[in-house]
Amino acid sequence: MEIAIIDYKGGNVQSVLFALERLGVQATLTADHDVIRRADKVLFPGEGEAASAMRELRAQDLHELLPTLTQPFLGICLGMQLLGRHTQEGGGTDLLGILPFDVVRFPATPEYKVPHMGWNNLQALRGPLFEGLSAEDYVYFVHSYYAPVGEYTIAEAAYPTPFSAAVQHENFYAVQFHTEKSGPVGTRILENFLKL
Amino acid sequence: MLTKRIIPCLDVKDGRTVKGVRFEGLRDAGDPVALAARYAREGADELVFLDITATNQKRATLVALVRDVARELDIPFTVGGGIGTVADVEALLMNGADKVSINSAALARPELIDELAARFGSQCIVVAADARYNDADGWLIYTRAGTHNTGRDAVQWCREAAERGAGEILLTSMSNDGTKDGFALDITGAVSRAVTIPVIASGGAGSKQDFTNVFQQAHADAGLAASIFHFGEIGIRELKEHLRQDGIAVRL
Repeated sequence: MEIAIIDYKGGNVQSVLFALERLGVQATLTADHDVIRRADKVLFPGEGEAASAMRELRAQDLHELLPTLTQPFLGICLGMQLLGRHTQEGGGTDLLGILPFDVVRFPATPEYKVPHMGWNNLQALRGPLFEGLSAEDYVYFVHSYYAPVGEYTIAEAAYPTPFSAAVQHENFYAVQFHTEKSGPVGTRILENFLKL
Repeated sequence: MLTKRIIPCLDVKDGRTVKGVRFEGLRDAGDPVALAARYAREGADELVFLDITATNQKRATLVALVRDVARELDIPFTVGGGIGTVADVEALLMNGADKVSINSAALARPELIDELAARFGSQCIVVAADARYNDADGWLIYTRAGTHNTGRDAVQWCREAAERGAGEILLTSMSNDGTKDGFALDITGAVSRAVTIPVIASGGAGSKQDFTNVFQQAHADAGLAASIFHFGEIGIRELKEHLRQDGIAVRL
């Protein structure tokens, strides 16, 4: 199986490479359009700031390539948010527009700190990505912005209002949490993705 | 529901775990990777590695350690100890560290926090603050492993660090550290109220009830400890079961 990890200087991809290595799977970190198009699966991790990520994607014409992909695709963390239409981050930034959500910032309160950082449980799970998992299962989140719940939502978490912990549109799957850092639960989700 | 986090802290020197680790069945307690994996299996939510190496080989051994840990560990970990430059942070993050904690370097030049947050994102920048109490001045920040009094007020410094872009505060009470009399509830609570980023409480943990208190009374988001975990005085699972009975959300 050929797995491409999109290389757009989007932060710590080493953890994702190691997580795949633990599953006995080799992946290629690449921005090469042909390699990405040919891959059986595409992973799109990301950390950091949305506006600079979009600049880097545009610089490599990846903003035009990614929406045309047809193989199973998994966005992780910022890689999920970038699939939306627009984010409040960076004074307002247009995104890839693959999914119809607008990313907004959590309001910080003394009780609900921002970033939303740590282990939170998943609710309202649906679809093959979450096979074998339940609402008792916790995954690791680190983010200050979120996608609201919509018809594309395939898992929710609450902080305190429910938001999209995972989304899907056709072959495009994405999770807000870090599958590669979520212990055995995260490993199961990665395995489920690789089976799609 | 977001859970409170339990974070064992491992001291490392020249790439090896130091300071009294007594685990049955662990072949090499000095191997940070084996110890990290053991804590992860027991239910630790994150790990912190504090590098106390003082040689000029420091950076190379730390990067190698981070790589080894990241290869094995499937929970997040933070690396700290004498990290002072953007290049240091980049090397650690690119090799698999999830977060980096800075302490003395941030106090020497607070703009470093802004630079790191802009470059790598706030989510991976932890500011470690070591505070000590005296009756005349209250809680002040110390650096260089607690030997140097900066004269800065602890709450003001943590607020400044948050405003400059820190993603999290790791607050250690030097007045409580090693006492096992419990966390410093007053300063932890004051910092937690003063900032809107998560606060990790550290220093003084001696019992399971100490964790309940720091979560319920001081609103800490995470509790960090070293020796009570290393010596097996408190198991992570039994600690979390205790917390759950006390009505605190934990990942079990």
